Formats: sequence, structure tokens, C-alpha cells
Amino acid sequence: MDLIRIQKQGFDINKEIELVKAASKSIGGVVVFLGTARDISRGKEIIKLDFEHYPGMAEKKLKEIRDTALKNFNIIEMGIVHRTGAIAIGENIVLIAAAAQHRNDAFMACEWAITELKRVTPIWKKETTKKGEVWVEEHP
Amino acid sequence: MIIKVRFFSMLKGKVGKEEASLSIPENTSAYQLKNILKNEFPAIAEFIDKNIMISVNQEFAHKNTVIKDGDEVALLPPFSGG
Repeated sequence: MDLIRIQKQGFDINKEIELVKAASKSIGGVVVFLGTARDISRGKEIIKLDFEHYPGMAEKKLKEIRDTALKNFNIIEMGIVHRTGAIAIGENIVLIAAAAQHRNDAFMACEWAITELKRVTPIWKKETTKKGEVWVEEHP
Repeated sequence: MIIKVRFFSMLKGKVGKEEASLSIPENTSAYQLKNILKNEFPAIAEFIDKNIMISVNQEFAHKNTVIKDGDEVALLPPFSGG
């Protein structure tokens, strides 16, 4: 299984963690960011989410984020998986796992990576409310 | 020369299709292309003016990026992944 993936189906959190842990026995800590679908957005009740991505470019940007994180932070491995398509409330959307010898490097790399993902990865979210559908134009 | 233009997110709905072939002059820059696209697709002109980024062959373009024959150009609304 690739460390960097965009996929329709859900993912197993334990398997994603094991995937990065397999990189080295020197790993002493794994920090995981898990983004999940919440039922409220800007005061409105959300019924479901839909994600669209730019196939090819989105995967390329995620790979660049991993490469840059490995270069700029003292981490050993990083995995990123993002789902696309329809996602029900409560389901997982994105997982970033940063593995390092020590926790502080993993925390810093993981925090940077999710912020960078939101900034540079061509993925778009559509929210469905009782009033209809709207594409979200922000990345808070 | 002919290029492919791809639309995503709300642009796809407003244009009514996912992609289009477009004939443009040689040596068109990304900046000039925005004006061509505004004329060609008036339904999304206001978005192109506001906050749309352009990619060329799946890399972010600068305003001086020169578009070449056969390039794949995409109009990218603000991202909202994660």
C-alpha cells in the first residue's frame, strides 16, 4: 500500500499507522491528524460532504508535502491518505501520520503538513444542507 | 494552437462541463489566458477575476507562464480539502 493515497473507500487507522511504523525500528513516536466529517459548518447543519480532487495533481502535491516534510523536519516517515467522493457525517476524511524518533519533531511535521495540504492540494469540499448544496470556498 | 481547459468544483457546474478544447494564439501567457477564458466562458468571468488559480500541466502557473500547444490548463477555485 502506498504511503500517499487519494481514495474513495474508508481507511483503517491502525493500518495507516503500521504503514509508517514499518519504515524504521528507530521510530519512537507517531503523531496522527485525523480529519472527520462534522455535522455543523458556519452555523449550518450539514447532512453530508462530497470531495472532488484533481486526479494526478492532487496526488503530486501530497507527495511533495511528504518530501518537503522529510527534508525540513527531523522525521523518519510520513503517510497521507485523503478520501474523495461522498462522505457521511462522522466518517474519516483525511489522515496524516508523522513518525519520528522523538515526539516533538512528529508533532511539528504533522501540524505543518495538514496546514500545507489545505493550502496547496487541489481538493474541494461540497456541503449538503437542508437548503441544498454549496461548494466551500475557504480552508480554515 | 489547441489547449485543454479543465473545470473543477463550482466552476464545473457553472460552465456545464468538465473540460473544453480551446484555440488560443501562440505565446499566450497565463495572465492573457484569463482574459480569453473570461470571454469564452462568461458564466465564470467573475470567479476568474476574483480568486481562481491556474495550473498548467498540473503545476501552478505564474502570470508570465507561457501556454504551449497541447497543454492542459485547469482553473482552480480556492481549495477546501482536509
